[in-house]
Amino acid sequence: MSKPSRVLIIGSGPIVIGQAAEFDYSGSQACRSLREEGVHTVLVNSNPATIMTDEGIADTIYIEPLTVDIISRIIERERPDGLLPTLGGQTGLNLAVALADSGVLDCFDMRSLGTPIETIRAAEDRELFRDLLISIGEPVPESEIVTELDHARSVAKRIGLPTVVRPAYTLGGTGGGIAHTFDELEHVSRGGLAASPIHQVLLERSLLGWKEIEYEVMRDGADNCITVCNMENIDPMGVHTGDSIVVAPSQTLSDKEYQMLRSASLKIIRALGIEGGCNIQFALAPRREIAEWEPGAGGRPPYYVIEVNPRVSRSSALASKATGYPIARVAAKIAVGKTLDQIPNRVTGKTTAAFEPALDYCVVKIPRWPFDKFPLGERCTGTQMKATGEVMAIDRSFEAALGKAVRSLEFGSRSLLWEDPAWRDIDPRDYVGIPTDERLWAVLASLRRGATPEELSQMSGVDPWFLHKLNAIVRMEGRLLAESLTPDLLREAKRLGLPDTDIGTLADRLPEQVRYLREEWGVLPVYKMVDTCAAEFEAETPYFYSTYDSENEAIALAGQKALVVGSGPIRIGQGIEFDYSAVHAAWALQEAGVAAIIANSNPETVSTDFDTSDRLYFEPLDEEGIRDLLGNETTNGTGPPSIVQFGGQTAINLAWPLARANQPILGSSAEAIDIAEDRSRFEELLQRLGIPQPPGAAVNAVEHALSTAQLIGYPVLVRPSYVLGGRAMEIVQNPRDLIRYVTNAVEIAAGKPILIDKYLEGIEAEVDAICDGQQTLIPGVMEHIERAGVHSGDSLAVYPAIGLHPDEVEKMIDYTARLGPALGVKGLMNVQYVIMRPEPKRPDGPPSDVYVLEVNPRASRTVPFLSKVTGVPMVRLAVQVMLGKTLADLGYEPGLWPRQNLFAVKAPVFSMSKLIGVDTHLGPEMKSTGEVMGVDHTFEAALAKALTAADMSLPRKGSILLSLADSTKPEALGLIRDLAAAGYRLCATAGTAAMIRAMDLKVEQVPKRIARRPGYRDAARRLRNSPRGR
Amino acid sequence: MAAKALLVLEDGTIFEGKPFGAPARSHGEVVFSTAMTGYQEMLTDPSFAGQVLVLTYPLAGNYGINRETVESKRIQVRGLIVHETCNLPSHWASDMTLHEYLASQDIPAIASVDTRALTRRLRTSGVMMGAITSDERIDAALARLRSVPSYGDTDLVREVTTDEPYEWERSSAAHRHIVVVDSGVKYNILRLLSDRGCRLTTVPAITSSEEVLSLKPDGIVFSPGPGDPAFLDYQVATIKSLIGKAPILGICLGHQVLGRAFGASTFKLKFGHRGANHPVNDVATGRVHITSQNHGYAVDSDRLSSDIEVSQVHLNDGTCEGLRHRTEPVISIQYHSEASPGPLDNVYVFDRFLEIIEKFEPTKGSAS
Repeated sequence: MSKPSRVLIIGSGPIVIGQAAEFDYSGSQACRSLREEGVHTVLVNSNPATIMTDEGIADTIYIEPLTVDIISRIIERERPDGLLPTLGGQTGLNLAVALADSGVLDCFDMRSLGTPIETIRAAEDRELFRDLLISIGEPVPESEIVTELDHARSVAKRIGLPTVVRPAYTLGGTGGGIAHTFDELEHVSRGGLAASPIHQVLLERSLLGWKEIEYEVMRDGADNCITVCNMENIDPMGVHTGDSIVVAPSQTLSDKEYQMLRSASLKIIRALGIEGGCNIQFALAPRREIAEWEPGAGGRPPYYVIEVNPRVSRSSALASKATGYPIARVAAKIAVGKTLDQIPNRVTGKTTAAFEPALDYCVVKIPRWPFDKFPLGERCTGTQMKATGEVMAIDRSFEAALGKAVRSLEFGSRSLLWEDPAWRDIDPRDYVGIPTDERLWAVLASLRRGATPEELSQMSGVDPWFLHKLNAIVRMEGRLLAESLTPDLLREAKRLGLPDTDIGTLADRLPEQVRYLREEWGVLPVYKMVDTCAAEFEAETPYFYSTYDSENEAIALAGQKALVVGSGPIRIGQGIEFDYSAVHAAWALQEAGVAAIIANSNPETVSTDFDTSDRLYFEPLDEEGIRDLLGNETTNGTGPPSIVQFGGQTAINLAWPLARANQPILGSSAEAIDIAEDRSRFEELLQRLGIPQPPGAAVNAVEHALSTAQLIGYPVLVRPSYVLGGRAMEIVQNPRDLIRYVTNAVEIAAGKPILIDKYLEGIEAEVDAICDGQQTLIPGVMEHIERAGVHSGDSLAVYPAIGLHPDEVEKMIDYTARLGPALGVKGLMNVQYVIMRPEPKRPDGPPSDVYVLEVNPRASRTVPFLSKVTGVPMVRLAVQVMLGKTLADLGYEPGLWPRQNLFAVKAPVFSMSKLIGVDTHLGPEMKSTGEVMGVDHTFEAALAKALTAADMSLPRKGSILLSLADSTKPEALGLIRDLAAAGYRLCATAGTAAMIRAMDLKVEQVPKRIARRPGYRDAARRLRNSPRGR
Repeated sequence: MAAKALLVLEDGTIFEGKPFGAPARSHGEVVFSTAMTGYQEMLTDPSFAGQVLVLTYPLAGNYGINRETVESKRIQVRGLIVHETCNLPSHWASDMTLHEYLASQDIPAIASVDTRALTRRLRTSGVMMGAITSDERIDAALARLRSVPSYGDTDLVREVTTDEPYEWERSSAAHRHIVVVDSGVKYNILRLLSDRGCRLTTVPAITSSEEVLSLKPDGIVFSPGPGDPAFLDYQVATIKSLIGKAPILGICLGHQVLGRAFGASTFKLKFGHRGANHPVNDVATGRVHITSQNHGYAVDSDRLSSDIEVSQVHLNDGTCEGLRHRTEPVISIQYHSEASPGPLDNVYVFDRFLEIIEKFEPTKGSAS
C-alpha cells in the first residue's frame, strides 16, 4: 500500500455525553504522528475548545460544521487522497460512511485509512456483525425469533435462562422483559407476543450479571497484532461501560480466561481487517454453573462477544493513559502504512510499539456523572451512558487507586465516608441492587452496617473480590475509630488510600494535624513511573503516580520549574476549554525556558499525555495531592510555584490552601482571587473604583437572605460562592423560594456564603483580558444573544459585539482596565457585564448603565474561542506576564485589540436527550456539555454555521410549541408573527394560545402535561427561552 | 508467624515485608517476571527451579489456586516475593488461597515488598542470589547465602527431570509418537501435543540417543528447564547423534542445548527474559509474535555452524530466539510456545513441528 500524501482527519465535534475530550486527545496525537511521517494533514472539527484545532497541530485546519455537505466541499478544495475516520469518535465513523454512501470518496479517489468502510458497516449493523462473528466461530448471545407461545419454552431451553424477551416493533421495548424461570417466560412471552403488532418476539440469552471485560487491540498492515491492555468493569453486564467503574488490568481473571479472551480479540480484529486500534467487549461467565467449562478441559467457551468499536474510543484513551502506550499515535502511523515494529516506543526509547505493556500498578476509572447539577435526573445507570467525563487514578493497590479516584471526582465533601442522609432510616442495602451513581457509597454504607461481601455480591452482581477490597477499607475505618493513631496504623491507612481528611475525621484530628503527623513520622508518598514495561527497561517517561512504598523515582526536577494545576474531570461547567488552557500554559512555560509540571486526574485529555509537559503527575487535584507532589519537587526548602489560573474552579480553589501552606503561586495572588470571590470585599473595591454592580450581598443565614432580598427587590439571583458553571445558581422570585434555596444551599456551599444579587434583565456581555498588574490587554468583547439570566456557558456568544453601542463597549474596556490592576491581576481575567439600556437608545441620549456581574481572575471557558478568533495567544501572554514580563515587553499595547475582519458565533451544545427527568429549561445554572464555533465574513453566515454545527437549526417547516411566561409575552409578539408567516404551525399552552388567538393567528392548544415531554421542551427552548426561574 | 520477613540480596541490599506461605528459610537466584496473570503456572514451571520469583504485577493470588492449573507436579520456585497477596480470592475454579498453596508445599513468601524497587535493583545490578528469612539477623542470612552453592553452580535439571519414563494421558486417536526429553517440561507442552493427536513418552534428561531411538519416536522434543545449559553437555551429545534420525524440536533450554550442539556458545543475560509480552521477529516472514518467556541464558549465534540458521530474533535486544537447520528436520525456539502463562499466539510451532514430522516420513522409512 502506498503512503497517502494528504490525509483528511474528521474530529468529533462538540463535547456531548458519550463523546468527550478523549477525541481531542486522539486527534491531536494522530495529527502530530502523521506530520512526523511527512503526511500533510487536513483537519475538520466544529469544536474550537480543542488542541487539535490549534495552529501547528494539523497542516490545514477547518473549524466548520461536521456535515457531509461541508466536508465534501473541503475535500473538493483540499483533494486529500486518504480519509482517517477512526479518530473522531462515532461522529467520524458516521461521516465516513455517509461520505462513502454519497459517492464522495470514490469521486475524489480517496481511501479510508485504517478501517475499511465495509468493516465500519459490519461493526455497526447488528446482523452483519453477528454473521461475521458466527462465521469465525466466535460466540454471540444465542437468540431466536418466536411467533408461537409453545415454541418459546423449547427455544429458552436451548439458549438458557434467564432469557430476554424483546417484542418486535414496539416503542422502547414495551411489553418485553427478562424471564428467570419457565413460568416467567410463559408470562412475559405471552405479554410480548400480544404487544407486538406482528405477534413476534425475539428471545435472547440474558447476560445480566456476567463480567464485562474489554480488550484494546492493535493490528498493522502486515497482520501483526497485539493487545494494549484489558479492562474489567466492576459493574457487571447491564451498565454501559462508560458508566461503569473500570479497573485495568483485569483483577479476577485467571491466565486461562485472560488469554482466551485475548486470543478471541486477535481473531476478531483480523476478521474485521482493521489496521489500527479497536476495542472489543466481552461478557464472561462469572460462576461455575454458567461457565460449563473447566480450565484445560475445553467445552463451550464461557464468554460472548458483545460489541466491537472499530476505532479509537473512550476506552482506548483510558488504556493509553493506563499503560503509557499511545494508541492514537500508533494507530495513525499504522494507517499510513507503518508496521508495529517500525514504530519506536517513545517511553523506553529502545523498544518498539510491537509489544504488550506490562503494568505494575492498578488503575481505577470512575465516571463523573452530572447528577450534582441535575438533582432531579434519573440516577440509574443502564445501557444509555450518562457520565460527562471520568477520572482515573493509579496506585499499587486497588483500594488506594479507588480512594484516589474518588478524591479526583471533586464531589465537594463526598469522600468514601459520605452517606446519604436517607440511609439513617432506609437500609442502604436497598440501593445496592440498582446501579446508580451512588451505589459505591451504598455498598460501603452496607458494609459498615455489617453486610457481608458475599451478600452484596449476590445483590449487585459485582465480583466478591472487589467487595472484599471495599470491606478492607471499611475495616480500616473501624480501626482508625477505635485505635490510637500510630505510625504503623497511619502508614497502613495511607496504603489503603485513605485521604488525610478521612483519617482526620475518623481519628478525631484536623487534616492539617494528620499531615503534620505524616511528616513527623515520615509517612510520605513516593512517586513511581508509568513506563509500559514494569521496570524491565530503563524508561525516560516523565509520567508518575504517588504510592506509599519505599523507593521514590521522581527525583525533584532541577532548575527553574512551575506546576500547572489541571482541571480534573470533564463536567458541565468545566469542560475541555480548561484543558486547552492548561496545555497551552505548559507549552508557554517551556517556551520561556521553565520546566512545566502538570498535575491532573483526567485520562481523556491532552494535558495528561506524558509528552505535553516535562513531568506529569497523575494525581487527584485536592490539597493533599498537590501539596504532596509539591513537597516531592521541593529542593533547598522551596517548592516550585503553582499556576492555578488555567484549571478552572478546581485549580483556583487550591489558591488559598496553597497560600496557607506557604506554597508560592505564580500570577494573581490568592488575595486577588479572594477579593474577586468575596462579595463584600469585591463590593468595597468596586465602590472605591466607582464601578457599578447589581445591588446585593453575601449571606450566611436565611434571615439575612430575606432582609437582603427585601431591600434590593425580587427577582434576585442567588448562588453559592466559589463555584463554577453557575452550579446551583437560581433566579428567585419570592421569599418562599428564597427560604427553600438558602436552606438547601447551605449543604452545597459547605460553609461558604451565599450570594444574593438583584437580577437585572439586561444584555449580557463578557470580556477576557490579560493584565500585567499595570496594563490590561483585552483581546475581544463577546456579546450574548440570550439575555442576562441564562448562564454565559449556555448562551450563544458573538464576536465582535455587533449589537453593542460604542459607549457601552468603552465602559466595559474602561472598567476592565481599572479592575485588573486594582485586583492585582497578573495573568488572565474574565469579566461578565450586564448592560441596562435606556429605551429608546439614541446616540445623543443618556448612556447605558454597565454593571459588573462578576470578575474571575483566571482563564475562562471562552479563552480558546477568543484566542482562535482574534489570533492573540492569550495563554502564552498570561504565562509570560506571570513570569514577570510586562505587556509592553511582549510588544502589546493595552486596551481593546483591533477588531478582526470576521464574525464568530459560539453556540452551546446540550446532551439533554441522554438524561431522563432533567429540566431542559435554561437558566443561571449551566447545562450545556460542549460548544461549537461558526466563523464567516458575515454575522448571519457565522450564526448559521454555529447553529448547524450545534444541530440547533429549526427545521424548515413543521410545528412549533410556544409556552411563554406572562412577562415575556409582549416582546414575543413580533417573533410569533414571523414564525406564522414563515409557514410554521403553532402549538401553545393555554395562556400563550389565548394570546396567539388574540393575534388572529391559528394555534393548536396543547395541555401543559404533554408540553413537559422532553422532545417538546427542547423544541420550545430553541424558539424562545425566558430565564425567569421557576 | 513472624511479623516481618526479609529478602537479603547477596550485595547486601535488604527488602522488608510480611511473611506468608511457609514459615521457612530459603534462598535462590532472585528473578522477576512481568507477566500480569498466571502466578500458579509460574510457580509450578520447572524452569524457575532454584529461583526466588518476584512478581512485578503488584496483586497476586486474586483468583486463588486451582488444582488443574499446574505445569508440573509441585511448586518449583524456592520462594515468592510480591507486593500484595490476596487472602480472599474470588474465582469459581479456586480451591485454595495462594498462601495455603505455598504453605502446603513448604515454600516461603514475602508480601508488602516494594517489588518495583527490587525489580529496578535486579535490572541495574543483574540477577543475584538472595535469602528469605524471618528469624535470622541480616549478617547470619548473608553468611548462609555465601555458604550455599550459587545458582550457576548446580545442574538444576537433575532436580526437576523425571526419574522414570512415563506416558502422558494416552489418547486413543494418537497417530504420532513423540519422545519428550524432560529437562523440566511444562505439562502444557504435553497437553498441546496430545491435543494434536500425539502419543507422548517423557524420558529423563540423561536418556541416551540409543534409548530415545529405541522408543521409535516420530519426533523428539528437548524441553525447557532451569539453569545453565553448559551443564547439559550430556544432552549435546545426545542431540548430535539424533540429528537426521527423527525431527527435533528444542524449546527454551532445549533450544540452548541445540545451539551448543551446533557450535554456538551460551551466555547469561543480565536479568533474563521473563514475562508474557516479549516480541519476537520471524526472520523469514518479518512478522512479529508476542511470546511468553522464561530464560536467563541465551544462545550466542556468532559461532553457529553454517548448517543451521537463526530463524527468530528478539525484537528488543536482538538475541537469538529460534534456530532452523538448513537441511535436517531440526527447529528450536527460545520462548515458550506452550504459553501457560502467556499469549497463545505461538502454539502454531507445534503444528509446524508436526508438519515437519509429516514430511520427514519417507526419509525415515529409508533410514531404518
